Amino acid sequence: MEFLTTLGLEVHTELSTQTKIFCSCTTEFGGDPNTHVCEVCTGMPGTLPVLNEQVVEYAIRVGLATNCEITKYNKFDRKNYFYPDLPKAYQVSQLYAPICQNGHIDIEVGGVTKSIRIKEIHMEEDAGKLIHDPWDDCTLVDYNRCGVPLLEIVSEPDFCNGEEVIAYLTKLKSILQYTDVSDCKMEQGSLRADVNLSVRPVGTDELGTRTEMKNINSFKAIARAIEGERKRQIELIGEGKRVVQETRRWDDNKGSSFAMRSKENAQDYRYFPEPDLVPIEISDEWIERVRGELPELPDTKKKRYLANYGLPEYDVDIITGSKFLVKIFEEALEACGEAKEVSNWIMGEVLRLATDTSTDIEDINFTFANLGKLILLVKNNVINRGTAKEVFEKMFKENIEPEQYIKENGLEMVNDDGAVREVVVSVLQSNPNSVAEFKEGNDKVTRFLMGQCMKQLKGKADPGTVNVVIAEELAKM
Amino acid sequence: MKITDEMIDYIGILARLKLQDEEKETAKTEMEKIINYMDTLNTLDTTGIEAMSHAFPMNNVFREDVVKPSVDRDIITLNAPAKKDGCFKVPKTVE
Repeated sequence: MEFLTTLGLEVHTELSTQTKIFCSCTTEFGGDPNTHVCEVCTGMPGTLPVLNEQVVEYAIRVGLATNCEITKYNKFDRKNYFYPDLPKAYQVSQLYAPICQNGHIDIEVGGVTKSIRIKEIHMEEDAGKLIHDPWDDCTLVDYNRCGVPLLEIVSEPDFCNGEEVIAYLTKLKSILQYTDVSDCKMEQGSLRADVNLSVRPVGTDELGTRTEMKNINSFKAIARAIEGERKRQIELIGEGKRVVQETRRWDDNKGSSFAMRSKENAQDYRYFPEPDLVPIEISDEWIERVRGELPELPDTKKKRYLANYGLPEYDVDIITGSKFLVKIFEEALEACGEAKEVSNWIMGEVLRLATDTSTDIEDINFTFANLGKLILLVKNNVINRGTAKEVFEKMFKENIEPEQYIKENGLEMVNDDGAVREVVVSVLQSNPNSVAEFKEGNDKVTRFLMGQCMKQLKGKADPGTVNVVIAEELAKM
Repeated sequence: MKITDEMIDYIGILARLKLQDEEKETAKTEMEKIINYMDTLNTLDTTGIEAMSHAFPMNNVFREDVVKPSVDRDIITLNAPAKKDGCFKVPKTVE
């Protein structure tokens, strides 16, 4: 029997506000346990939350960037459950009137564009961190993360496979980064995904029973979790068993998921309107101001790059997929006007050095305009490409200024024809065997001679010129 | 509305309360009274009145996104029944 897979996603993203959603504690990642906490975020009796305006602003921004309708009249609700990661015994969230509704994100898989509908985006607070203490066999609670603002972005079940899910997450991540609302560091938990998955036999319309896998925190793990859960459900059905609706935890090391205990997981949250927070009314003026301030978004930027710069679509996808690569591209381009060259350098040396030095793209920090300068130095025959790569490595690692560095280290090309000829003649004289071989018709030796000349010229000559001079001198012999 | 034994047991689980039999009986009676009061409220004609979630005619109470010092950890954990390594210590929850 063949099966179809249906997937939906709930993505949690921590907002990069300075302070928590309901108090003025810092949201900075890490810190010693319970050093970023106060009486509000630890849920002390008698304290009252006050909403951080920036959270609402960011939520509107994400809503508009994902084609949502913005809810004019917003409320918060309490989601009640006992678990020590929530000191109040409830999470402040939005159930009845989420701030954004009915949006969509377009993804492209295998050259086909597909629209993934966004059901809603709501504002809520993050929970604290639970650490298992193996010595005392107890749990230790750190509330530093408790109260960090989150957006939960809920998609409709519009995905058919893991590839579409990854394409959506990649697009969503770049939108969140372009709009400056989150750093989306999955390893720090600022972007996390819950995957809902069901299977049904081909030819049937009714969706199968779904399971939910929580808090998977890398794209690769998500792809593996989807494949693993799909197989598990199909096997169950094949054995004549039923899929149980439950929350499962994906263990990426074991490559399998297991059910979380149901008692702990009693999904009866008894939501009710949050009495400690007054409603939020969002005016048309507010929405239009945010809309006006939205940056150029990934889809638009991709179209513009393709239309204006004649770059390969693959390269444009990679560059526009990351706001950090976009920054490098645009600043270097402004300094030199050579789009194709800038793109080649990014796709080549920039990404290679980032990989070689294990540098995250966002942490690349040389002066990007200097890449433009370097490109012009090659274009104007001040240095050759080989030298440029060496200089770039210095730029990448130590942020040197290329012109000054080239001057100080005497890396300018030897453009003096006489000087090149002098070296060529001396190399030919000291390699009579090679010259003889050439005379016998072995063209390959010119490559060896070329290498010898470049070595003597310390790589600072235009290889084309050297080649011509070698040919000329050989002809004379 | 009648509050059954099963309902009281379930609410007990949700509220993490272990109730003795007589406490359950008291809770049943009291909860029934509260629920029945809702029936009284429901007899009121609220046609044309918009549902409200808050008692005050007030909205958009915001805070600026500016960091203020947090509270000293020793003070925050002062009332904790158990603590270790700067953390609140609770019974094992992690599977």
